[in-house]
Amino acid sequence: MSNVPADLKYTKSHEWVRSLPNGNVEVGITDHAQHALGDLVFVEVPEKGRKMSAREACAVVESVKAASDVYAPIAGEVLEGNAALGTTPELINSEPYAGGWMMRLKPSNPKEVAGLMDAAAYSRFLESEA
Amino acid sequence: MNKQVSAPREKVIFEHSRPGRTATAQFPAAADGVDDLPKHLLRGEAPRLPEVSELQAVRHFTRLSQLNFSIDTHFYPLGSCTMKYNPKACNSFAMLPEFLSRHPLAPESHGQGFLACMFELQEMLKEVTGMQGVSLTPMAGAQGELAGVAMIMAYHKARNDLARNEIIVPEAAHGTNPATATMCGCRLREIPCGPDGDVDVDALRAAVGPNTAGIMLTNPSTLGVFERKIVEVARVVHEAGGLLYYDGANLNAILGKVRPGDMGFDVIHMNLHKTFSTPHGGGGPGSGAVGVGKRLLPFMPVPVVGRDGESYRWVTEKELPQSIGRLSGFMGNAGVLLRAYVYMRMLGREGMQRVAEYAALNANYMMARLKKAGFDPAYPDRRASHEFILTLKRQAKEQGVTAMDFAKRLLDYGFHAPTTYFPLLVPECLLIEPTETESLEELDGFIDAMIAILEEARSEPETVRTAPHTLPVRRLDDVRAAKQLDLTWKESA
Amino acid sequence: MPFNPHTESDVRAMLDAIGVRSIDQLFEEIPASLRVKSLAGVPEALNEMDVGRIMHERAERDGRPLNFIGAGAYEHHIPAAVWAITTRGEFYSAYTPYQAEASQGTLQMIYEWQTMMAALTGMEVSNASLYDGASGLAEACLMAVRANRKSKSSRILLPKTVDPTCRKVVRSIAGMQGFTFDELPYDAESGVTRMDSLARYEGQDITAIVVQQPNFFGSLEEVDELTQWARSRGALVIAMVNPTSLALLKPPGQWGQRGVDIVCGEAQPLGVPLSSGGPYVGFMTTRMEHVRQMPGRIVGRTVDMDGKPGFTLTLQAREQHIRRGKATSNICTNQGLLMTAATIYLTLLGPEGLGRVARASHARTRQLVDVLCRIPGVRRRFTQPFFHEAALALDRSVAGVLKELTARNIIGGLDLSGDYPELGETLLVCATETKTPADIETYARALREVVTAARAA
Repeated sequence: MSNVPADLKYTKSHEWVRSLPNGNVEVGITDHAQHALGDLVFVEVPEKGRKMSAREACAVVESVKAASDVYAPIAGEVLEGNAALGTTPELINSEPYAGGWMMRLKPSNPKEVAGLMDAAAYSRFLESEA
Repeated sequence: MNKQVSAPREKVIFEHSRPGRTATAQFPAAADGVDDLPKHLLRGEAPRLPEVSELQAVRHFTRLSQLNFSIDTHFYPLGSCTMKYNPKACNSFAMLPEFLSRHPLAPESHGQGFLACMFELQEMLKEVTGMQGVSLTPMAGAQGELAGVAMIMAYHKARNDLARNEIIVPEAAHGTNPATATMCGCRLREIPCGPDGDVDVDALRAAVGPNTAGIMLTNPSTLGVFERKIVEVARVVHEAGGLLYYDGANLNAILGKVRPGDMGFDVIHMNLHKTFSTPHGGGGPGSGAVGVGKRLLPFMPVPVVGRDGESYRWVTEKELPQSIGRLSGFMGNAGVLLRAYVYMRMLGREGMQRVAEYAALNANYMMARLKKAGFDPAYPDRRASHEFILTLKRQAKEQGVTAMDFAKRLLDYGFHAPTTYFPLLVPECLLIEPTETESLEELDGFIDAMIAILEEARSEPETVRTAPHTLPVRRLDDVRAAKQLDLTWKESA
Repeated sequence: MPFNPHTESDVRAMLDAIGVRSIDQLFEEIPASLRVKSLAGVPEALNEMDVGRIMHERAERDGRPLNFIGAGAYEHHIPAAVWAITTRGEFYSAYTPYQAEASQGTLQMIYEWQTMMAALTGMEVSNASLYDGASGLAEACLMAVRANRKSKSSRILLPKTVDPTCRKVVRSIAGMQGFTFDELPYDAESGVTRMDSLARYEGQDITAIVVQQPNFFGSLEEVDELTQWARSRGALVIAMVNPTSLALLKPPGQWGQRGVDIVCGEAQPLGVPLSSGGPYVGFMTTRMEHVRQMPGRIVGRTVDMDGKPGFTLTLQAREQHIRRGKATSNICTNQGLLMTAATIYLTLLGPEGLGRVARASHARTRQLVDVLCRIPGVRRRFTQPFFHEAALALDRSVAGVLKELTARNIIGGLDLSGDYPELGETLLVCATETKTPADIETYARALREVVTAARAA
């Protein structure tokens, strides 16, 4: 059973989104995703300043088994990538929702966040995929 | 109680190095310097290569070889790889001094012997595959695949049918298919398989259309079963204007029984290092010769060998202006092709027709006995082709012992493991291909080992989960290998 | 049937276990209409002795002429130990080392090869080898497009002094993904790439430039200048080099101020016989920062669960990943057997031995050029220094001369007029350490005869 925190939003490609107090958002991949990948050995996050459209491939996570693209959940500009993942990619495995955050974005259209799946919808989605 | 001494690991060759140590028998006589060359283009320090004696080198590499499993030493039932015996004669004759010393650009007049072998190889491959033309140049299966898809695209382009940029593949396709499609500037479209492993023809009908360039299939499929509806599949694709590409990875299952050309395929690639017994060499060289039907003859990669009366010559871009071009610096893996030629001459007409028979006999025998012993074939109601799949899903669930664990424990029993986790569609799978060159005792030995491991999985699962126990190394930490990249030896290490 | 161990009683027992009456039943799923009737086009089986007879006869027919061609495939002495060990069954008949614990021999061999090639080329990391030099160059171009994120043009500069067949192969393999290949002209006098031809690319988005050293003519390019030009304009540099020459020539890792980005080439000169063009072995090395974009297999050292050192294939997940998007590669294998031979060769020769081979080859080519140029109507085509290969201008048909030499069992060189018609009658010649002064004299004498006879006629 994977962990799906109630206060976050989710995408079908297994990214999570946390709304930050200042209007920006924090993005990472879910517990389900990190479990499927296995021990991560390499992570690449987008550079500061990069502007992305929704669903654009913007980051890479690589384990021994597989390498996957991570997609921008909403359109926005990258404010910061999590530099710690360069040396400690396994943070995504141990703390997918905390220390394993991947990037912080300034949303182009804040309303897009509301259109994402909530925790219940994502949990149902996971069950249907199994 | 025995006190086992662990043999010291084989050092990296650089650790044997001592400055000034040399194998002088290999040195040409000293020559003048390179004073005519501009100093700024010359190397400052000599390159850091090992400095060892000839005996040290020989001993080191001989001992390394002894750390390997190989067909010559172990039963190697790797599904989809066709690990059959590599006849020594193929090697000796391919390495006759005159063949070895011939420069690729030497004139045809000084290559009639070699070219005769190449031409006859083309002809024999045409015959066993039912195709109209053969090019021997692709150097590996993946290059053969590239050539095949590129020829299909060239065909449509030549007819100005530029909308055709979709290649259809079944879900269970080999990993290189998507990459090959992209390299050729087209897109992949996946269709599902039915529950029995055949292509879903209804899904295929829905998927074809004016954008269809072709379909990539292997028959028997990667699921180890014969594509029963192949004639219909061919008709559906042809009627929609597409072409059929055959991935010859599993040719060993049908050699001499049915020919891809007769099944309706327009282009095929063969893996000479599988079906025609050229050596795997620890990862190559392979050879991915391609065969084509009439439609694709003008597009074959060059050079091809032609014959005028009694003499042989190269056929190049001049005669095949629509060729997809050259894929290698010269003409492909000539030495490998000579080995395949010798193999085919030794098998001859009758031998070619019996390869598939004994391959199928061995595979079906193993499947029957393993099923009886309590293993689960993925497709229990189908005949095995030259290989079959077991799923260890049940064992993984009940005993927490995975296909990987079984594979590693088999190494302790002196057998190389089958292919694991391919095809991806079947969970916890072992893809087992004995090939026709293995004896009944060898098969029984493997089956007995599998039965023993099944019992161990029940009574002492930890032994299986932490296998292998008797090899030069235990299970390796591949997470660490990918995270702490140590890809070249360094002095301080 | 050869290589098939089954006796009749074996077959009966097996059919019983399966539950069928005949082997034919195992093929009942195949529609009868598709079943092969006969393979009349395949000759009857021959035993080993009879195949041997045919092969010996054909080999004899081809003979062993005196060879003076290089052009991408070089004749060097191969120590006896190289193939004695390489053809050991444990190397020859082993598969790709996917089960690492059962393949430590091959894996360690690859690790040692990677170390040697990185050292030879002056770079940080190597892969486990590629099919050959030409396809390796195609892979290097694909890699450069992937690795040069800042460049959007997928435009690669390919000097005409790069081996013409390699250029063709690059187009065949990498040409279907929307790249642009610009060919750079060379100076007709010096035989090297013209720096001023780069002027038109000022301010343009160039993804990479390829530099071959020595170039196809054997001439030495101004590699530092070319590398600096590329660097300062954001283009990656792909170096294509001859590994024997690297014993003496500055390695690409030291070209310009910071070295190049990708190195590739043909490692056939390192212990692999000419064998009519294959199997050969390509190599590729690069900087650590690009390692995840490098195609092919890579071996890494790690430890096992007891902490003992061992080797395994690594960075495999990236193989699927680097297939995405533009600049995709579908490469799957390497040339294990040939890489094994090359590794043993480099070990036996060591730095001094390889240096001697390079020096001797260069000396012999110089000697060949000097001796041949004393013949009227023969002179050097280019002025730039050459390394172990050179272009000679003839005052008569090269094709005709070569034909006459062939009749005297001498393969005199490569006629360049096919790929370089602008050069007129030009012959590319090469001599390695395998040619003695007597061999060179034989060539000179034969050429003199041919030339004199033609004059008299």
